[in-house]
Amino acid sequence: MNAHPGRTIRIGCGAGFSGDRIEPAVELAEKGGLQYLVFECLAERTIALAQQARLHNPATGYDPFLVQRLEAVLPACRKNGIRIITNMGAANPHAAAGKALEVARRLALSGLKIAAISGDDVTHLATQTEWPGLANNRDVRALGDRLVSAHAYLGARPIVDALANGADIVLTGRVADPALFLAPLIHEFGWAFDDWPRLGQGTLVGHLLECAGQITGGYFSDPDKQPVANLARLGFPIAEVSEQGEVVITKVAGSGGAVTARTCKEQLLYEIHDPAAYNTPDVVADFSAVTIKEVGPDRVVVSGATGRPRSNTLKVSIGYRDGFVGEGQISYAGPGAVARARLALEIVRERFKLFRFEPPELRGDLIGVDSVCLTRSGSSPSDISEVRLRVVGRTASLEDAQRIGHEVESLYTNGPAGGGGVTKSAREVLAIHSTLIPRAAVRPKIDFLLT
Amino acid sequence: MKLYEIAHARAGDKGDTSDLSVLAFDQRDFPRLVDQVTIERVRAHFAGVVHGEIERYVLPRLGALKFVLHRALGGGVTRSLALDAHGKCYSSLLLDLDLPDDDEAENQTLTTP
Repeated sequence: MNAHPGRTIRIGCGAGFSGDRIEPAVELAEKGGLQYLVFECLAERTIALAQQARLHNPATGYDPFLVQRLEAVLPACRKNGIRIITNMGAANPHAAAGKALEVARRLALSGLKIAAISGDDVTHLATQTEWPGLANNRDVRALGDRLVSAHAYLGARPIVDALANGADIVLTGRVADPALFLAPLIHEFGWAFDDWPRLGQGTLVGHLLECAGQITGGYFSDPDKQPVANLARLGFPIAEVSEQGEVVITKVAGSGGAVTARTCKEQLLYEIHDPAAYNTPDVVADFSAVTIKEVGPDRVVVSGATGRPRSNTLKVSIGYRDGFVGEGQISYAGPGAVARARLALEIVRERFKLFRFEPPELRGDLIGVDSVCLTRSGSSPSDISEVRLRVVGRTASLEDAQRIGHEVESLYTNGPAGGGGVTKSAREVLAIHSTLIPRAAVRPKIDFLLT
Repeated sequence: MKLYEIAHARAGDKGDTSDLSVLAFDQRDFPRLVDQVTIERVRAHFAGVVHGEIERYVLPRLGALKFVLHRALGGGVTRSLALDAHGKCYSSLLLDLDLPDDDEAENQTLTTP
């Protein structure tokens, strides 16, 4: 069955997060029959971490795997005429574009046009006295020098403009994830920026693809109940999209994993909250009437999304330093393991009380018993042959954070019998707070480099 | 009977909000999900974890329910002291939910306004 006669665009997703596998993207570039390869590499906190890196070294702040990824895929992309769109610019799209230029020159690929999209960084606005529409403006200003970054979520527009200007590689900072995929559809099919139903369906395409392997059978397998073949060679997804916005989700033949109605449904509903009102900078997408149909092996048609006019605000993620966290872990095994681990936790708590060391938050987990779900803490600990105590606390200073791990370590010779395998850590916390900013306050900017 | 036997699930997160999807393997089991996987049952199942509102969305075309659990992630992924700060494991924990057997379910449906 041909789901949509007429011209289609094939877009692949080569990464669903910064630490994703690299070779499935190469497979897509070589065998996917793509026009576009998209890498989505920015989680909620990633850009704030990148901004911290940039503060230490102004030449950094882009994705740590940028060079490795581009080196791996650029030869096949060049050979097959595939354009690359990615948010691996993170907190420094210009430096990322410079790096991309270096990689292209090293590979002797001339005539490539590289676009850097900036303007998402609105940190300068966060400290201004007037930020109309910001609900908790006072809070943001009160952060003072704890403020690290403020980035607005840009939409598809600047990426569309970069493509219209002939960009082969588009590097962005913070952009709404689905916009990375919606942009090439707008560019190719000439969709209007107020064609809400099509923008809704294009946003659906982006949402389905943005987590890469999560729609091709990754994050789905339960060995006996819902097995998925060959996850070690999981193929990443391809969307075949028609001018009407109808989409077939598929993957490279012979790769691992599976594209089924079930894997597509899970990804469709992933993290969208209200399925009838998925807010993006480009459209308020409505997925509530979406239908999903298997039309062949690893081929699933997803249709029925629509949309309503976008809002006049953009989401902003504010990164700020939020104290420190210290942690220590120790294992106990054999008969009575759980009882000894519980005793160890009591000892640590008593020691802190004794020396008036009072972290504002302190948590003790028995990994294997109650670390994930608090309500299970009463369940049959006698059956458990090994357990790991984890003591973790929030502190105001790094020194205090380190003290938690030290106290757990001292259980070696001072605590219950048979404790082993201590690990400890202490780190500064970079927290994220989300808010809204008027759309008009954000001005996207595009710069081009040529190899 | 466990929910695990008739459904699959996925968890996601945004800030301090956990987002859980539950999907029937077989469309014929979907009415049972609608009747039995209620906000009240989910709240009781995640007692001590969820401190805010719970919203439920019903998606008949997909045979799915979506639950949005507010104040459920220890202050949010970036602040939480939990080992699974994203609450990714909540999907499987939700499938551990006990469902009443069919007779009981019918009675309950009859008596529920």
